[in-house]
Amino acid sequence: MRRAILIAVPYVWLLALFLVPFFIVLKISLSDIALAIPPYTPTLDLSQGWAGVRDFFGQLDFENFVWLTEDDLYWKAYLSSVKIALISTVLTLMVGYPIAYGMARAPEEWRPTLMMLVILPFWTSFLIRVYAWMGILSNEGYLNQFLLWTGLISTPLTILNTQTAVYIGIVYTYLPFMILPIYAALERLDGSLIEAAEDLGCSRLQAFWLVTVPLSRPGIIAGCFLVMIPVIGEFVIPSLLGGSGTLMIGKVLWEEFFSNRDWPVASAVAVVLLLILVVPIVLFQRNQQKQTEAGQ
Amino acid sequence: MTIKTLTLTAVIATGVSAAYADEVRVYNWSDYIDEELLSKFEEETGLTLVYDVFDSNEVLETKMLAGGSGYDVVVPTGTFLQRQIQAGAFQKLDAEKLSNAGNLWDVIQDRTAGYDPDNAYSINYMWGTTGLGVNVGKVREILGDDVQLNSMDLVLKPENMEKLAACGVHFLDAPTEIFPMVLQYLGEDPDSHDTDVIGKTEEVLAAVRPHIQKFHSSEYINALANGDICVAVGWSGDILQARDRAAEADNGVEIEYHPFAEGSLMWFDQMAIPVDAPNPEGAHKFLNFILDANNMAAASNYVYYANGNKASQEFLEEDVIGDPAIYPDDATMENLYITTPYPAKTQRVVTRLWTKIKSGT
Repeated sequence: MRRAILIAVPYVWLLALFLVPFFIVLKISLSDIALAIPPYTPTLDLSQGWAGVRDFFGQLDFENFVWLTEDDLYWKAYLSSVKIALISTVLTLMVGYPIAYGMARAPEEWRPTLMMLVILPFWTSFLIRVYAWMGILSNEGYLNQFLLWTGLISTPLTILNTQTAVYIGIVYTYLPFMILPIYAALERLDGSLIEAAEDLGCSRLQAFWLVTVPLSRPGIIAGCFLVMIPVIGEFVIPSLLGGSGTLMIGKVLWEEFFSNRDWPVASAVAVVLLLILVVPIVLFQRNQQKQTEAGQ
Repeated sequence: MTIKTLTLTAVIATGVSAAYADEVRVYNWSDYIDEELLSKFEEETGLTLVYDVFDSNEVLETKMLAGGSGYDVVVPTGTFLQRQIQAGAFQKLDAEKLSNAGNLWDVIQDRTAGYDPDNAYSINYMWGTTGLGVNVGKVREILGDDVQLNSMDLVLKPENMEKLAACGVHFLDAPTEIFPMVLQYLGEDPDSHDTDVIGKTEEVLAAVRPHIQKFHSSEYINALANGDICVAVGWSGDILQARDRAAEADNGVEIEYHPFAEGSLMWFDQMAIPVDAPNPEGAHKFLNFILDANNMAAASNYVYYANGNKASQEFLEEDVIGDPAIYPDDATMENLYITTPYPAKTQRVVTRLWTKIKSGT
């Protein structure tokens, strides 16, 4: 009995916070736009009993999904989002791994402080931190003023409202999500393995590539997923730091929802986005499972 | 134990309903009121005012159409108001509770009746035009002293934009403002709903697009004032606020607002009460407070927008009522045009074209 309850907890969680909202979105994606509150039709009318329910399902169709294939905007936006997410994940990994490595190799008494420093920015609102970047990166901002002062440049660099600013914002914001899992993996690493590798003739660099990196792989993979998945759907950073030319699916979703007031098409975009995200995760997990089984 | 819980629940429940009864929630545009008015309202009525802001009609409209926004007073622009009235988002105003309604200005009332027949659902808060915000010093430095600062040529001619690009040009991120403007430039009907006619704007905008740094509907206020950009297509009062912020900061930036010589879009922001407002009583009190001549004048003196309140005009400062950029003279007034909302199908084409222009896709 107790076991059943324990198992039920995550399933109820999943049902209430993932599956039910998903089916609501899916249902809206099969509806049609209308000028009303809420702005789509049909809505479920339970007062008419079974006939109402049947009538309701009869009116749903896949028109909106067909529409997504007819305009090249959507797949281009999906593709562009995935591209931005991939590049920012690689950048975040390149910045995050050395930090995590440094933290894991630091003297033990420093580690809690270093950990604190990584988490500390979360104490300030995310939005305020992004706005701070606007102040730093703008034409008359701190970065340009500093560079002009040092004499490295003679005219201000345009960074704000470009793709570069988006990457800076994303890497900055998501860095802790990369550092923490990698740090967790590196901290557990048994130092004697590296000693053994060096004893067996590895240079320090070789030992790093052949021992440390493979052993921290679970951390790297977890970090990459934690960064990449939210970045694909990111809306705030590109809209505040990016120029109007930054095409991302979050922006397209916003426009369907707000400018066109077309909730059904917006929902269809969201459903497809979810599928794009879920499929690689499932494939990845299958692969992991196979590997563990093979290992055993 | 049970009794205790019950009383506690009852206390919380009454607490919640009491909170609604003495709370008014207002959702207005950002940088759109003198904040002293907010505390004045609280003092006069004893109600708690919750004041939130937005910077795009689309955000407001989505909240209205979703229902249950929890707001008592909202401020959509005329075209959006019209569509939201059709969707059943607002309740009719109770004239008996608006004792100051006599202050309204018939000239504006006549025009807003086009969106809200008989002005049954809304009162005019502010109105203004869409035009050019110019950093005078920088633009003259780049384009020469005899450049015409009030012409659409400044932002729609590629040769001008090419030169201005380096110091930064922002456009409103509002297709319903920019397409009519370009249509006016082309000599077409700015209020055209014909998608082929609207499509003609693409060529003009595509040619200047590479030189537009950003499409955004509120950032240009600060960007102009700080000298980060030198031209913005924006709303009259916002640009005048940028002018004042720059003057206050004394940073050597001089901003001017000009309605387009070719004719500018005139728009009206209307205060209305959502159909499901938790406190319609308090909402009417807020509207009546705003309709007061002194209060309305204080708001206009602060935000540099003209209002639809005739009685407030005697309390307006000279640099507001006397400024033709805010209260246009008759000749400019003739030149202003208004627009009507797009039907859903046209809207889709318009949004798509807008995305295409902005992102090149």
